[in-house]
Amino acid sequence: MDTVLRRGERDKERIVMARNYIQFLLNGETITEAHLDPTMTVLQYLRERKMKTGTKEGCAEGDCGACTVLLNALDGSKIKSRSVNACILFMGTMDGKEIRTVESLGTPEEPHEIQQLVAEKHGSQCGFCTPGIVMSLAALQIDSMPKSRKTIDEALAGNLCRCTGYGPIIDAAMAMKPKQVNQNSLAKLASLQHNETVKLSVNVYGEQKRFYDPKTLGELTRILTERPDATLLAGGTDVGLWVTKHHKTLNTIIYLGNVEALSAIEENNNNLHIGAGVKYADAINNLGQLYPQMGDVIRRIGAAQVRNLGTIGGNIANGSPIGDMPPLLIAAGAKLVLRSANDERIIPLEDFFIEYGKQDLHKGEFVKSTIIPKPTPSQKYFAYKISKRFESDISAVCMAMSLSLKDGICSNVRIAYGGMAATPKRAANAEKALEGQNWTEENIRRAVVALPSDFTPIDDLRASKSYRMQVAQNLLLKAWLEDQNNAPIHVLEADI
Amino acid sequence: MSVHKSIQHDSALKQACGTARYLDDIPEPKALLHMYIAMSEHAHGKINSMDLSAVQTAHGVKCVLAAKDILGHNDISPFGGDDPLFAQSVVEYVGQPVFAVVASTRELATRAAKLANIDYAPLPLITTIEQARDADLTIENAKTITKGDASAAIKSADHTTEGSFVMGGQDHFYLEGMIAMALPLEDGDVHVYSSTQNPTEIQHLVAHVLGKTQKDVTVEVRRMGGGFGGKETQPAIMAAACALGATKTGQAVKCRLDRDDDMKMTGKRHDFIYGYKCGFDITGRILGLDVKLESRCGRSKDLSGPINDRAMFHADNSYDLPSAKIMSHRYKTHTVSNTAFRGFGGPQGMIGIEKIIEDIAHQLGKDPLDMRLLNAYGDDKTNITPYGQTVKDAVVKDILEELAQSSDYRARRAAIRTYNKTSKVLKKGISITPVKFGISFTKTFLNQAGALVHVYADGSVHLNHGGTEMGQGLFTKVAQVVAEEFKIPLGQIKISATRTDKVPNTSATAASSGSDLNGMAALNAARKIKLRLITHAAIKLNCTETEISFVNGKIKGGDKSISFADLARSAYEARIQLSATGFYKTPKIRYNPVSLMGSPFYYYAYGAAVSEVIIDTLSGENKTVRVDILHDCGKSLNPVIDKGQIEGSFIQGMGWLTCEELVYDEAGHLKTHAPSTYKIPTIGDRPKIMNITIWEKGCNREETIYRSKAVGEPPFMLANSVYCALADAVCASSDYTSRTNLNAPCTPEEILRAVMSL
Repeated sequence: MDTVLRRGERDKERIVMARNYIQFLLNGETITEAHLDPTMTVLQYLRERKMKTGTKEGCAEGDCGACTVLLNALDGSKIKSRSVNACILFMGTMDGKEIRTVESLGTPEEPHEIQQLVAEKHGSQCGFCTPGIVMSLAALQIDSMPKSRKTIDEALAGNLCRCTGYGPIIDAAMAMKPKQVNQNSLAKLASLQHNETVKLSVNVYGEQKRFYDPKTLGELTRILTERPDATLLAGGTDVGLWVTKHHKTLNTIIYLGNVEALSAIEENNNNLHIGAGVKYADAINNLGQLYPQMGDVIRRIGAAQVRNLGTIGGNIANGSPIGDMPPLLIAAGAKLVLRSANDERIIPLEDFFIEYGKQDLHKGEFVKSTIIPKPTPSQKYFAYKISKRFESDISAVCMAMSLSLKDGICSNVRIAYGGMAATPKRAANAEKALEGQNWTEENIRRAVVALPSDFTPIDDLRASKSYRMQVAQNLLLKAWLEDQNNAPIHVLEADI
Repeated sequence: MSVHKSIQHDSALKQACGTARYLDDIPEPKALLHMYIAMSEHAHGKINSMDLSAVQTAHGVKCVLAAKDILGHNDISPFGGDDPLFAQSVVEYVGQPVFAVVASTRELATRAAKLANIDYAPLPLITTIEQARDADLTIENAKTITKGDASAAIKSADHTTEGSFVMGGQDHFYLEGMIAMALPLEDGDVHVYSSTQNPTEIQHLVAHVLGKTQKDVTVEVRRMGGGFGGKETQPAIMAAACALGATKTGQAVKCRLDRDDDMKMTGKRHDFIYGYKCGFDITGRILGLDVKLESRCGRSKDLSGPINDRAMFHADNSYDLPSAKIMSHRYKTHTVSNTAFRGFGGPQGMIGIEKIIEDIAHQLGKDPLDMRLLNAYGDDKTNITPYGQTVKDAVVKDILEELAQSSDYRARRAAIRTYNKTSKVLKKGISITPVKFGISFTKTFLNQAGALVHVYADGSVHLNHGGTEMGQGLFTKVAQVVAEEFKIPLGQIKISATRTDKVPNTSATAASSGSDLNGMAALNAARKIKLRLITHAAIKLNCTETEISFVNGKIKGGDKSISFADLARSAYEARIQLSATGFYKTPKIRYNPVSLMGSPFYYYAYGAAVSEVIIDTLSGENKTVRVDILHDCGKSLNPVIDKGQIEGSFIQGMGWLTCEELVYDEAGHLKTHAPSTYKIPTIGDRPKIMNITIWEKGCNREETIYRSKAVGEPPFMLANSVYCALADAVCASSDYTSRTNLNAPCTPEEILRAVMSL
């Protein structure tokens, strides 16, 4: 099928067992595609190729949820089903998976319980967001968590509705009867699993696009050596937008999502190792157990659909100054494992960020995992995210602070901020003001005073520089107050 | 009964199953072409030269359209004559359409557009109200409404309060972005599918751009994925450009805007600066109010004139003002031309007096509710608005008192004050605010509607009218009216797409007028057929016409009866016309659009809300935790649909006042042009407790459709209670010693600024 490869190249491919097509399920039906533009989005595919127009485009950047579908993947011997945004999901990544759309649930003549409830409870006005809402509800229905306003909000924060004010949708969610994941496609899905590297090579508008989907670290490093300029794709919640919004052509992509070694979470006595390909959704519980406030902030990164695709490694590797994981992890003393074909090195996470757009990442190297130390009994850890909206928003400022407290004296003080500089960064002077000092209001105020010497924030659409500095200072004080209060001081936690 | 009943939205189940068709879901015609509209990167500049040759020759491109390619007139304005489809020689905002590319795919059209080589000479830039004020750049002259001598009243008053605050604009964020598709027909005619609230205007403007007449253009819309006013004038860009493309290529052309482009290219709610001076007596009774409204209209007139007029008409809200001077400045800026948005200037005009009332209460150490009751229209007042209309049903006091009772407002206010004494970082606030909103288009001629009803020989009914469905449930309500008239089940009625060739010369579905106007027009049409059926039934059933009654799908007369279907068949065979058009125009409205004096509104819709909020005085984060609403829908046609309007409107209003922030940079670029940067309320923002009640005593004293009241816009302004409650919480951070001028939206940054300013 691949006619553009030279014979030599083709032979090489054969040795490592490659296939040049993808196979996946769409609403239970097996589909094979070999000539698809690998960066065609699932949404485009559904609407333009399969005429499944129930799934809508509202923003094409994964922020409104109108395109929500269920992505089914094999998890051991069972199907795991999660809500995702079809608008930023590349078709190239669909090999071995199943897409379930709103059409698979029911029809007006024979509606699914959720569809019936949404209509009955008047949860649909203009109806454009409704198929996405229905699919997020379907994901919530199979979630084992008990239904409460909190779990409903968490499942639907990524579904914007401009008409209803959400009340009737909450009513529908509360009325749903819990359900198990539909395992109907299990056998078919199992038959699609394989160990070969998928390699697509397709000519799109005269440009050759290559897409690699390796399964092992060895394959990954080999391909990366061969194609050092390839774009590494993990969850795609950022890279997706390069295509849908910036109309960039990504000629060569290496997809990391099926490299087993990257998707592992391992734990030993002292540390948690989180593979770079681990999704937020899979890491929240582990990280939240170690550092509860870190868990709270991660639950506010994107929304369910984004956390079901986005990875911890991606949030670090893209080097954004406003990603939340770097400050959260830097404060916890995390280290980064960087891997290349012949080498592996470990660096403190904060050292990875050199300047805006520049990370300590050599050619042919990639982020393999993050090592997060477990907290010690004397350790205190605080984390805060400030944004215009609580759910699914990017931080104006994100702050995390860790310190050990022995006999009232602070040590190992680590304070990290996002949104305050061109990179995620530690507040060296504020840390110094606290290090070795008593854990008192007076001393935390010394750190507050020191903070302006650590950062020169900027004005942008999310906040002004003066607000950024003010709130960054106030968060230090807040941490201290919460500690004294022995309870969170937050508008979301207050009793009505 | 089909009316006054909670009936599910007619499309709800289809929408939940993904089978309800929006424009982009319609099976595409053969050889469909796709359009990308290229936008100006400059806020103000002269086009020195435009070289589109590389665009023209790019892969997949069929044709390129610019100002010179327009067959008729290069204007798509509603009436100002100042909105070119494609920039002529000057660009006046970032995002202004400059040219369009028609190609085989949307992606190829988008990519090709980037190959344009346009040389702009930058011109001086005015992007803010302050800059426009300094430069005296306006879209039209300032207007003033005067009642009595406000400045003398303020001068001699015991107390005064004055200040100014800013309220930001708002993007509609309809979930379905702008879209149109045009099919070329014979004779050079076009059929245009457009996601529009205003098919007739699209028809007119497409004809205008093509150099044709309205008979040559048909516009159709089955439903929109949200409108909110954003699809009143703005869809003309896409519709006219597609029609032009279809005419030039002879192929169907579709244009679906990317969300970012939509937000950059199309208009939004006007941002305002509200300045005021108010004199009041020792009891808190307002004696005189002097208001200055300054709005950013953007680059053209669009609907800014009537929007600002409506802002002026609502400066009194629910309060009797013995004297008032309301001045309105309409500034031109080099930003997108702001347009209709739910409330149409009403929210910006109305919110100020709520702030003023809270200021008065604070100065006098009283509960703002008492100040509201003291100043509200009612039996003890003359009830003449500053523009000279008499408020005949001054029910706002009743609603306020009933809501204060049911929401336990006074006890909660006291409890909040106790909480705030001990809570250092978190502060709570509460406020109860009323709404009085005038119903009717302020352009009087727009208050008309038409409908078309067919009864087929098998008794099924086809219903069509000039109103458009954008989720508000209009089609359901109008079908209820027809079902009620014929006493047949709703399912017997086919609700059909709005088309300009079925009902001509319609007005936009806007100003909350949809069911008032179209319900009446449909009733009128149905009644014509019903009268013919009665005459026929009397013959058929051998009784007098007065004995005939329609009951439960049957027509009874004497001791006999016949089913609706059989009667229809029989009437058909008797050669009786079973099709009729209906028409309606709103009575009793008359005012002088120059002096703005008179009675612009047929009636008023009322409501009130109590909001309780909590703020964090360290971060400015804030949350609305409880809302109680009592709203007047008259005798509601469909309570559950009305409740949906109340709730959705409130949350949208809350978004305007809290998290939705439009940020422009100095060069006039909108920096918040997608949901990643522009934040509308999410599910978690919905208050944990939200009690919404339709006022049981509500009844329209005017003869509206089944005595119902319009409900689309009025509840939007119930969210003013959120703004006032936030100001109350900010005030609490000073232990109620001082107040400040809180700006909207009340983002965490704004709340923290306000707290720190005290």
